[in-house]
Order: sequence, then C-alpha cells, then structure tokens
Amino acid sequence: MSLKRIGLLGGLLLAVAVLAIASLMAGKVWVPWSAWTGGAGDPRWAIIFQLRVPRTILGVAVGAALGLSGAAMQGYTRNPLADPGILGVSSAAALGAVLTLYLSLASSAPWVLAAAAMISAALGVVAMLAMAGTASGTITFILAGVILNTIASAGVALALSLAPSPWAAQEIINWLLGSLTDRSAADVQLALPFILAGCGLLLSLGKAFDALTLGDTGARALGVNLAAVRVVLAVGVGLATGASVAVTGMIGFVGLIVPHMLRPLVGHRPGALLLPSALGGAVLVLAGDILVRLTPAAAEVKLGVAMAALGGPFFLAMLISMRRRLA
Amino acid sequence: MSDLIAEGLNVALGGKSILAGVSARFRPGQVTAVVGPNGAGKSTFLACLAGLRRPDVGRVLLGESPIQALPHRERARRIGFLPQSAEVAWAVDVETLVGLGRTPHSGARGLGVGDRAAVHAALERTHMTALARRDVTTLSGGERARALLARVLAGEPTWLLADEPLAGLDPGHQLDTVDLLRAFAAETGHGVIMTLHDLGVALRLADRVVVLSGGGLIADAGPLEALTPDVLARAYGVQAAIVDGVSGPMIELIGRSRG
Repeated sequence: MSLKRIGLLGGLLLAVAVLAIASLMAGKVWVPWSAWTGGAGDPRWAIIFQLRVPRTILGVAVGAALGLSGAAMQGYTRNPLADPGILGVSSAAALGAVLTLYLSLASSAPWVLAAAAMISAALGVVAMLAMAGTASGTITFILAGVILNTIASAGVALALSLAPSPWAAQEIINWLLGSLTDRSAADVQLALPFILAGCGLLLSLGKAFDALTLGDTGARALGVNLAAVRVVLAVGVGLATGASVAVTGMIGFVGLIVPHMLRPLVGHRPGALLLPSALGGAVLVLAGDILVRLTPAAAEVKLGVAMAALGGPFFLAMLISMRRRLA
Repeated sequence: MSDLIAEGLNVALGGKSILAGVSARFRPGQVTAVVGPNGAGKSTFLACLAGLRRPDVGRVLLGESPIQALPHRERARRIGFLPQSAEVAWAVDVETLVGLGRTPHSGARGLGVGDRAAVHAALERTHMTALARRDVTTLSGGERARALLARVLAGEPTWLLADEPLAGLDPGHQLDTVDLLRAFAAETGHGVIMTLHDLGVALRLADRVVVLSGGGLIADAGPLEALTPDVLARAYGVQAAIVDGVSGPMIELIGRSRG
C-alpha cells in the first residue's frame, strides 16, 4: 500500500471516528462527554445507548453500504452516474418492502420486510443488467435504470394509493422518507450482518472492476469471469442496499457523490475506489444525519430529503464541469 | 512452446454462418496476418483462437489442451488479446493501464515485484517509460495504441493475438506497431496473430498470411503464395497484380474484377 493510500484511508477513518463521536453527542438533547462518566444512574445513558448508539452504528453501516454500492455499480458499468438510487435499485428494494407493508406481512416478523427489500434489490440489479444487455454504453445503463426506477416507483405509488387504511398509507410514507431517527438496536441486529456480508462481496470485486477498465472483452481476455462477477455484484448490492433501505428507507445520492469526489484521489482506479467509498459514505451519512438533527425546525428534516436536496446541486456542478470539458 | 490449433471451427450468429469449417495451425516465433474482406469472420476467428468465443462446432487447442477447458486465469496468462476497441473507461495513468496486463498473474494484494518488473519492461519496449505517469485520456492516438500494446506485453503471453492493431493509426505508427510485434515474436520466440485490413502490410511484414472469405479459409501460406491475384479476386472481388516496388513486391490494385 502506498503512503498516499494509507493517508487517504487514515484520514477517512479519522473523519468517521470524529463524526461518530459527534453523532453520539449531538441532537435535541446535547449529551456532553461528562455524561459518559456519570455511570448507568445518569438518565442521559438511556439516550446514548437506546437512541444514539444504534443511530450512529446504522449511519456508519448504511453510509458505507450506499457509498460502496455506488462505487461497485460504477466500476461494473464504467459509468460515473451509476448509483443504487439513480439506477432504480433502491426503488426496487423499496417496492419489495412496501409490498410487505401493504399486504400487512411486515408485522408478522421483523425480517420479512428486510428480506423482501434485499431480494427485490438483487432482482432489480439483475433486471437492470439484463435490460442494458452486453452493450455497456452510458446511455443503455442509464435508460435501463430509468425504466427500473419508473416501474418500481409506479409500484410504490400504486401500493400507496390502494393502501387499505390511512394509517397504512402513513406508515408507508414515513418509511419511504429515508431517515435514521428512532432506530433501535433491533434494527441494527437485523441489517448489520447483511450489510457486512454485502460489503464483503463487493470489496472482493476490486480486481475485476480494474480489469473492466478495458471493457468487457478486455476483462475477459485478462481471465475475469464476467458471469461470476455479475452474480456477486447483484447479490452484494442486493444485500448491502436492500438491507440499508429496509431499515432506513430511501437515502439517495450517497453512492453518486462519494465515489465521484474520491475518484481523483485514488488515481481513477475503480478497484482502489471501493474501500474509500465505503468510508466516505459513512462520513457523508453521519454528517448529514448530525446536521438534520441540529436543524432548528418543528419536526426533524428527513435525511433522505436532505440528501436529495444536496444531490440536485451536485448534479448541476457535474453538468457544468462536463460542459466545460466538452466546450 | 505450444502450437495454437483451430480444428473445424463453425460459428453461426442469428442464423447466419460466420465461420464454416475453418482449420489452421499456428506455430510460435511467427507473425501471422489474418486478412479478408469486411464481414469475412476475421474478428470471430481471432476471438475463437483467444478462447473468448466458444465455436458451435470444432475446437481450439493450445498444444494438447482444448482452450475452453483451461481455467480462465491460466488461459489469460498464456494468450494475450488486444481487442479492437481502444476502450479505456477511466482516466488512469499509463503505468496503471499497463499494470492491468498483470491481472492473470498478480495476487489479490496487487502487483508484486515480478509484476512491476514486467510492467517496466513492457513500457521500455514500447518507448512509453517517459509517459508512464500520464493520464491515458490525454495521449495521442499513436501513444494510446502503444500503451495498450504495452498492456498486452506486460502479461508476458506466449501467444499475442491482436484484433486490427493498426486501425486508426497513421502510416508511421502502423510501422512502429508492426515493428514491435515482429520484435516480440523474434526475440521471445512467441507467436503473433493479428487481423489486418492493409494488404500491403500483410504482404511485406507478415511471415504468414491467412485469407478468410465468406467464413471459409481460402489461403494459408507465406505472403506471396497466399496473396495471389487469384485469391484476391475470390476474396475481395478485385483485379490486382503483384508488382516489383522499390524495396520488394507490392500489390497494385487495378479495379473491380468483372463477373
């Protein structure tokens, strides 16, 4: 590992650590360091351990899952615009989850919703890759993603409009607006193993993504088994993104913004981008969640909404720099 | 060193026959040019030889072993393939690009000492050492072609298969590329097979020429024996003559052959 890479990973890890500590302290109730030494008798312990700790762990895990999923999908498609949100994978996961809410299956066991989200996320990746076919141009992938996104979003909207009761509709809406608020240790237990497994699978694809720099044929000529890569990618993104969506709802743009910003720092190598993107995703989600908590408003702004508000200007900045390059 | 052998290759795509019963035997140490008109099946033939396409009928042998039976990594170590598309998806630097050639050799932890030595040797051979840190997307067409060739050479293959390596290059860079391929074959004793459009280059610089037409092999011999006026008329539908140029034989195109 080069010094530059150690510096980059070290810096990102440090940022994750600092933000994680800030995330434990920040909120409507400011929990200062002294509360930690107060012992279990201090009422603020409850805030830390029942609310802030699960929220912080989920922030790190979901951020890493989304950042890494984005970097992986970009590596496979060789398209800097690929992201679980933009290519409809998050929507597919949401559709699976919403269907369980709509059919009132979700209340039978906590894993039902999560399993539905993960399976439909993986199916979404498969469908998107199948629609894009072997042609790997930017347009075909984006178009396939738009189709998937449209169909899945239509399904979600349909479930919402046909919801059996206003209560059910409210539950679906609340859940759709991605957020880390009031997540419990049970949510962490449910999502974390799958997120870790998905991230592990995606991190194993670094060498294949590097080889794909030379295109499908180039990668195959270098001995890469593309059929196996596709399966690992679909399962990995399905687990990581699906489990994330299952516990936090939809949080977009993380997988788009983070790899884009870190790419120049890793010499544009798609394989070398994976681990930094996971850490960068954790940084972005933690920072966003802390800001959302500190925003002075009657109700807390949803993290998914805040990320979307960040994503729009980010796209604009990308567009401007692309136009400048083409001019 | 193993021969590369095609045995009765048949390939059909969408009901259309691309290759029909093509057999050939390639020996190490030679530069072979595969020529033929557009749509003759040259690229398909090369992809079969490289183990990247499974023929519907027939097989390709690397020495004794059927190429489709080799593990992907093993095949990739022995056969270097330069695709026709000069696709480089990301703005990596030249050294990183050339390092990709080590993919079938290197471990999960990246390039080792031996890998780096091979990369540097390939950069040296293609005169790209000075450009090693340059972003590939800023290279000229000729430099980019050399960088991609260095990528294949870095894999230290025993067979180097190149699909239209001269496409899009000016005459000077075409000669540079052919010189590099010839030097590779001569110095290492390994084999080079390339598809070509330029018959002049095939006639002058290949050790052997294979002519494909309509999915069949219609000539397989030394350049002067393979590229005869009769073969050119059958393959391309042109009337041509082999004439004496200043430094050797050359093909003079007379016109479309009649009938």
